[in-house]
Amino acid sequence: MVVAPPKTKTAKKEAQETSKYVGQSVKRREDPRLLTGRGTFVDDIKMPNMHHAAILRSPRPHARIISIDPSKALAHPGVTTVLTGAEVGDKSLPFPVGVVAPFKYYSAAVDKVRYVGEPVAVVVASDRYVAEDALDLIEVEYDPLPPVVKPEDALDPDAAILHEELGNNIGCHRELDYGDVDGAFAEADLILKERFVFPRYSSLPLETYAVISDHDATTGVVTVRSNFMGPFSMHAVTARALNIDENKLRFIVPSDIGGSFGIKSSIYPYIVLISLAAIKAGRPVKWIEDRQEHLLASSCQTDRVAYREVAVKNDGTLTGIKSKVIENVGAYLRAPEPACTFRPIGNFVGPYKVQNVRIDAYDVMTNKCPTGPNRGYGCQQIYFEQERMMDHIAEELDLDPIEVRRRNLIPAEEIPYTTPMGGIYDSGNYQKGMDLVVEMSQYEKLRQKQEEARKENRLFGIGIATGIDPSVSNMGYITVALPPEVRAKPGYLPKSGSAESATIQMNQRGKVSVSMNTTPQGQGHETVVSQIVADELGIRPEDVVVIDEFDTAKHGWFISSGTYASRFASVGTSAAVLAARKLKKKIIRLASALLLVSEDDLVIEGGTVVSKSDSEKSITVKRVAGTAHWNLELLPDDIEAGLQARAVFRFPSNVAPDSQDRVNSSNTYGFMAEICVVEVDRDSGEVKIIDWFSVHDAGTVINPMLMEGQIYGGALHGIGGALYEELSYDDEGQMLAGNFMQYVCPTSVEAPKLNIGHICSPSPLTPLGSKGAGESSTETAPAAVASAVADALRPLGININELPLNPKKVWTLIHEPQPENN
Amino acid sequence: MKPAKFEYHDPHSIEETLDLLKQYGWDAKILAGGQSLVPTLNFRLASPKVIIDINKVKDLDYVQETDGKLAIGAMTRQTTLELSEMVRSKCGLLSDATELIGHPQTRNRGTVGGSIVHADPTAELTAIALALDAEMVIVSTEGKRTDSADDFFISVMTTNLEPEEMLVEVRFPVLPSRTGWAFEEFALRHGDFAVVGVTTTITLDADEVCTDARLAAIGVDETAFRDSSVEEILKGEKITDLVLQEVGDKLSEKVDPFDDLHASAAQRKHLVGALAKRSLQKAKTMAVHNSKRKK
Amino acid sequence: MDNQYRSIKVTVNGEEYHRQVEPRRLLSDFLREDLDLSGTHVGCEHGICGACTVLFNGQTARSCLMFAIQADGAEITTVEGLAIDGQLHPLQQGFWENHGLQCGFCTPGFLISAYELLERKPNPTEEEVRIGLSGNMCRCTGYKQIVDSVLDAAEKMRS
Repeated sequence: MVVAPPKTKTAKKEAQETSKYVGQSVKRREDPRLLTGRGTFVDDIKMPNMHHAAILRSPRPHARIISIDPSKALAHPGVTTVLTGAEVGDKSLPFPVGVVAPFKYYSAAVDKVRYVGEPVAVVVASDRYVAEDALDLIEVEYDPLPPVVKPEDALDPDAAILHEELGNNIGCHRELDYGDVDGAFAEADLILKERFVFPRYSSLPLETYAVISDHDATTGVVTVRSNFMGPFSMHAVTARALNIDENKLRFIVPSDIGGSFGIKSSIYPYIVLISLAAIKAGRPVKWIEDRQEHLLASSCQTDRVAYREVAVKNDGTLTGIKSKVIENVGAYLRAPEPACTFRPIGNFVGPYKVQNVRIDAYDVMTNKCPTGPNRGYGCQQIYFEQERMMDHIAEELDLDPIEVRRRNLIPAEEIPYTTPMGGIYDSGNYQKGMDLVVEMSQYEKLRQKQEEARKENRLFGIGIATGIDPSVSNMGYITVALPPEVRAKPGYLPKSGSAESATIQMNQRGKVSVSMNTTPQGQGHETVVSQIVADELGIRPEDVVVIDEFDTAKHGWFISSGTYASRFASVGTSAAVLAARKLKKKIIRLASALLLVSEDDLVIEGGTVVSKSDSEKSITVKRVAGTAHWNLELLPDDIEAGLQARAVFRFPSNVAPDSQDRVNSSNTYGFMAEICVVEVDRDSGEVKIIDWFSVHDAGTVINPMLMEGQIYGGALHGIGGALYEELSYDDEGQMLAGNFMQYVCPTSVEAPKLNIGHICSPSPLTPLGSKGAGESSTETAPAAVASAVADALRPLGININELPLNPKKVWTLIHEPQPENN
Repeated sequence: MKPAKFEYHDPHSIEETLDLLKQYGWDAKILAGGQSLVPTLNFRLASPKVIIDINKVKDLDYVQETDGKLAIGAMTRQTTLELSEMVRSKCGLLSDATELIGHPQTRNRGTVGGSIVHADPTAELTAIALALDAEMVIVSTEGKRTDSADDFFISVMTTNLEPEEMLVEVRFPVLPSRTGWAFEEFALRHGDFAVVGVTTTITLDADEVCTDARLAAIGVDETAFRDSSVEEILKGEKITDLVLQEVGDKLSEKVDPFDDLHASAAQRKHLVGALAKRSLQKAKTMAVHNSKRKK
Repeated sequence: MDNQYRSIKVTVNGEEYHRQVEPRRLLSDFLREDLDLSGTHVGCEHGICGACTVLFNGQTARSCLMFAIQADGAEITTVEGLAIDGQLHPLQQGFWENHGLQCGFCTPGFLISAYELLERKPNPTEEEVRIGLSGNMCRCTGYKQIVDSVLDAAEKMRS
């Protein structure tokens, strides 16, 4: 069952009264090229004299490099050059990162390796086969050091230290305090405490990292073609590491990226490494990461341990939260980390009205792969902890888990609502969303089914989760990683905001081209922009050509550019709307000059600009365009020739964190509520999803078909992390999931069908009322699955406080009850 | 992930192949369907000096009935097991179990002989071969020998094949009437190598008393596992829940499985018993059904 | 053994190609690099993800698990060969209409696998489609719209 989103007409604001295409499931214009094998992915690009790189990687989690001898590799036929980690240390600078901890991170191990898979050397050769042959010929001698693997072990005073200059393994530590937490706990009727473990996984794109770097020795310009997807703040980080001016580092991103889900934002260390190799080799160098490299050494989300304590009133009202979080960011705290901790800061309380929150957050470094953004970034972890506590409260107070949540939801009349951490929820009606999911799932009947199943000794569970989906990051949120006194220093440049631009052009015969630089990875931006522009200009989407290729040398861009944090549906679309409106205004203005009619009196109807008061006075848009391009004589002096417009959209409420660490960390905030039904097989430990109900509020839905795709894909990433996927390491720091047999991604057989429902609370902040939706169920699915499995296992007295719930873990919980479950 | 260099030979006959095997011995690796070998080469977990590609060797891809047995050429693709009418009518267990082996794309290339020789301890075909006392027809320049599945499988990915030998045919018995079969397995995903699997056949007499029972399990030992004392419990008995329970318990007790990333030893030990019961129940139901059909 | 390059003749999408290949050259690299047929994608190089699936003598195969040298004399169909004279194959049409792709990286493999699936089972159930496609990984769609696409194409191909 799919409950259709409400007709967008009623949901939209005045400007879209005439919308024809926004709100429709328009087929994607990207598809024909992708369906016929004509897409342009980085690996499809060839350049003259292009050579190929392969990377030698550390087999050890923690060791000093005693020596490295590339001479045999250099002598191997077909090998152009070898770049070692020591050279990387000489030829580049450590990556900047937004924390005070003084440690050094380079694109390859300089004198010490700190995780299995860390680059140690790069071979450049005539082809990849030869480059890999040469890897086997490089001789490296290591002196092993004891590894640190688990997050809490990193804090042990006796633990090995990864970065000696730091003296400990703490990359970042912040204590954040909002409201009166001690008061809330003093007045609580009930205090509950729990320890949670959240695993490492990756939403893992099917296309791996890909870089082609070309250095022009005459100009010093480094041109990089890659599948980097933003944020382009990492362009600055890359330029700094390469020690070149930002305008001499050109990033080009082709029209097609084979998925990313945040993971490809962390490609930039490889951009530095391959660029250094290209500089040394004196020719373009291509590096296509292979799957093993990707699993070992690209990026993923943190694994983390969290202790959460809640203060509750007897009626189920949540009054306070204390949260101690230890995030494992791996061997190097790599920008934009420690954003994992701070990205969800504004929406830390989800849809609940709790006022008093204390967060004691550590980002620790261990001998694992460095982490970075991953779909849902930071949210699935907090909602897992939050929703497990909601279930505990329900259990303790003998309330229905739905009811406990209802009692804590922020009422619709209080929205816009400011959370204690400074997040400003722009629109929403959480009660209504909860009502819908309860109604869709026939919740009471589900409980009856459960009762019957339990009589048959079957393990049948119903899970519930809600969450707030933050979209469009305020770039300033990350600076909460710095103490307020550092942010207050005179030389410090505060950070805030989020912007996107669009460029539109009408050519001499009235046809329209739009240029975007949003680095889409499958979200269908070209299609969505064509829908929007067609509506704004009263033309057909077919008449709009959209190009979405990034080039830092050609486009106007921002450090916030890119597609991450579900930003396109809010900020990218808004830029397109503004650009189209700007163009339209210019057409009217020009028509006004040509017709000698006031601008207020003109409208565009069916391709003609016509006077409202005198329909005799009209001119075709085509003629206006022709004049603007061909006959500049008729243009008033204050009108630019041609018909181009560039517009920038930015949110007004984006300010830097205040001295109390409060920040509106995102801009538009959606809502989701999930009910998940599972059955657990006692013999195998397998969790089967029987049914799933998912309600979403992402404001105005621009293309329902694409939205459905985002929800399905997002949900499966969350489910994958909850049930199947884990980047596991053994206690010695060896990575155990280096291939697709061990890193288990769900396929069409395992993927559940969803029953999706929509409510619509248009955002007051965007011209179309739209919000992001790309991460929604990714954030709530793990919590929903955990809630359902816990509910299924409740008769056995089993608690769930750890993911993934793979068969091995679930079987062990059922058959080998542990006194303490770590 | 590109393979290291190797010397490539693509003989057209068994004789040529055997000469090459004799010449290169341990340095050579036979390439059949390649669904296990090529990943190993791509990861450079193996870098054999010589690859002998037997895809062009004639007369290794066939299914025929010989001396009351179903003779399957070593290069017969797994897809053939799924689609061949002869396999379905003579040894339906093979047809039914094939859907559990990988995916259509791997079965189109993967071969019966390749899977058997690879001897992965969780490969379905090894269990069927062991349960049904399949015979391995093995040749070398020295001649031909026939070996039982029981002797053939030695340990993890190890058989008793000598480097100069090759498997050319596997002979499965034609399943008798009044027989039912099943292959029950638990895998993390559809098409994955099993965590644990149990294949069974049950033959019943007119009174639904079990006259023959066979059972082999995968994922619980270094090779497929079969124990006659487990099968004996069934023979001469009516297949009741009680009997199934006893078989399951006995099997669980007999196996000594291993721990790995995806399942614990205790879990495998438990699961093999549960799957044995499910498998036997299914086989019995089918045997009853098949008996009625024969009447 | 360094000069073991061999001449091969391969027919891809009806066009005959003659090339010299090193024995270890993977068929996937041969198609993409040597023939510039970059529609076939490489996602894992160990035979799990299915992105590189092609029709090899009419049957699906992982091109990352074959050597180009083995394709001597073979007929191969890649995603570039599905549309004829600019007319999309019903499967391609089905994927387009049902939003069966997002990033499009896995799509060529899915199309080829679905092609064989419908050849063997022209009227599949949803479960049969899900099982038939379980050798292909998609990370964007959650599979639902892919399954819809194949069922839709099957219906159109039957009528």
